[in-house]
Amino acid sequence: MAYSDKVLDHYNNPRNVGSLDKNDPNVGTGMVGAPECGDVMKLQIKVDEKTGVIADAKFKTFGCGSAIASSSLATEWLKGKTVDEALKIKNTDIVNELALPPVKIHCSVLAEDAIKAAIADYKKKLAQRSPQTEAVAEKA
Amino acid sequence: MKKPIYMDNHATTPVDPRVLEAMLPYFTEKFGNAASRNHRFGWEAEEAVEKARKQIADLIGAHPKEIIFTSGATESDNLALKGVAEMYAERGNHIITAATEHKAVLDTAKKLEKRGYKVTYLPVNKDGLIDLDQLREAITDKTILISVMYANNEIGVIQPIREIGKIAEEKGVLFHTDAVQALGKVPVDVKQDHIHLASLTAHKIYGPKGIGALYVRRRNPRVQITAQIDGGGHERGMRSGTLNVPGIVGFGEACAICQREMAEESARLKRLRDKLMNKLLSELDEVYVNGSLEHRLPNNLNMSFAYVEGESLLMGINDVAVSSGSACTSATLEPSYVLKALGTGDDLAHSSIRFGLGRFNTEEEVDYVAGKVIEVVRKLRELSPLYEMAKEGIDISKVEWSAQ
Repeated sequence: MAYSDKVLDHYNNPRNVGSLDKNDPNVGTGMVGAPECGDVMKLQIKVDEKTGVIADAKFKTFGCGSAIASSSLATEWLKGKTVDEALKIKNTDIVNELALPPVKIHCSVLAEDAIKAAIADYKKKLAQRSPQTEAVAEKA
Repeated sequence: MKKPIYMDNHATTPVDPRVLEAMLPYFTEKFGNAASRNHRFGWEAEEAVEKARKQIADLIGAHPKEIIFTSGATESDNLALKGVAEMYAERGNHIITAATEHKAVLDTAKKLEKRGYKVTYLPVNKDGLIDLDQLREAITDKTILISVMYANNEIGVIQPIREIGKIAEEKGVLFHTDAVQALGKVPVDVKQDHIHLASLTAHKIYGPKGIGALYVRRRNPRVQITAQIDGGGHERGMRSGTLNVPGIVGFGEACAICQREMAEESARLKRLRDKLMNKLLSELDEVYVNGSLEHRLPNNLNMSFAYVEGESLLMGINDVAVSSGSACTSATLEPSYVLKALGTGDDLAHSSIRFGLGRFNTEEEVDYVAGKVIEVVRKLRELSPLYEMAKEGIDISKVEWSAQ
């Protein structure tokens, strides 16, 4: 199978590889896929508390070149977006940008799932935190 | 060193220049139809075909008349299974084969099941070998054929062919073997191995594509098969169609070269294969050889590189032609059924690479490939969340994955 230049570029020079501290309250972690399916994506976002903007995004992916490229691209797109803007990223955007063939569409779906999972994790942390923050605020 | 490096010789091989040279006259000046009995052109072609038939027979210890030319091993497998099933339908309707067979055998067996035949698919152990006791137990009074490949195309594992042949003869059952990968790599002797039918092909032994053969035993027992292609009654009525004379000449020459050079060449390939394997095993952690090392073709290496997906590995070593058992390289998105039959987890099946060394690979190439694989595996592991988890001491098999 021939890969598009963009897939090759992301594979050869993956952006934002790495891990953020998953215990950081401002970090949301999404881990999707399964080793036996041949794809596992870990995608993390770090949200700026004051602005609600995604300040940093990191990924690690076990999967084919298209899966690596999809998650690498996702981290590029996430940075600078608000959480709500990030939720609007669709797998079809990734398919179009990377010119993925039909057999690789599942890679883009997985990347979209990873984004949603990371945001959901962040929002969960936020919700757990808010009553406390409010309580603290009331006392003050 | 020329790149890309070809190290996928289980898929196919280049035609040896000596083979090509032998073939060339038969395209142009010696173009006759081997079935033309009344002029020089036909005689010349027939003579060339008979010489090749003997060269092929000699390599497997057969009589030339026992070689039936086909278009390749897929046709030979089809002809063997369907031909025996139809010919011996009155005697029984049961066929025994193995889970790791080539699709040409498995899909033919499935087709026969649809026609009412019963098929037993023997499992293999973690080494890729069938169990002889299980084979014995599977044989019933309705069993007409055992079909077990000589050496596997993915993992190179060599089955206990001689023992299987003995069991088949004891029980009065015919024994077919797909000997495509073994031919020219290890000694195949249809008499000593008690083989009744054997599928062969030229393009895995530096001959041309599009020509193969089925060995069909003539004595003790005399094996009969129902033709699957009808027509002019060529090949003793078992396979009609004008003979592919240049292909047959090439196939013959390819066999003659193997006959002369096999001992030395197989030793060289084994040394190179072992060098590649040992380098990968010593430089990388969590690397596994799939299938028995002891019962194995000298030129095959099939390894899983844990926490790295096969296709992404192939992408990183794009100046080396090898193949992967990863789902992503196949149209079905299922990882290798051969590795799954060995009990290899799907995760490791996705991480597998098959190296198939061949006549034209050099030591320099092997060193390059080893270095490149090591470099890319290390890079991809830096990218792998699974490797990170494993390093943190997390047991990946115990994690609950959000399966797709």
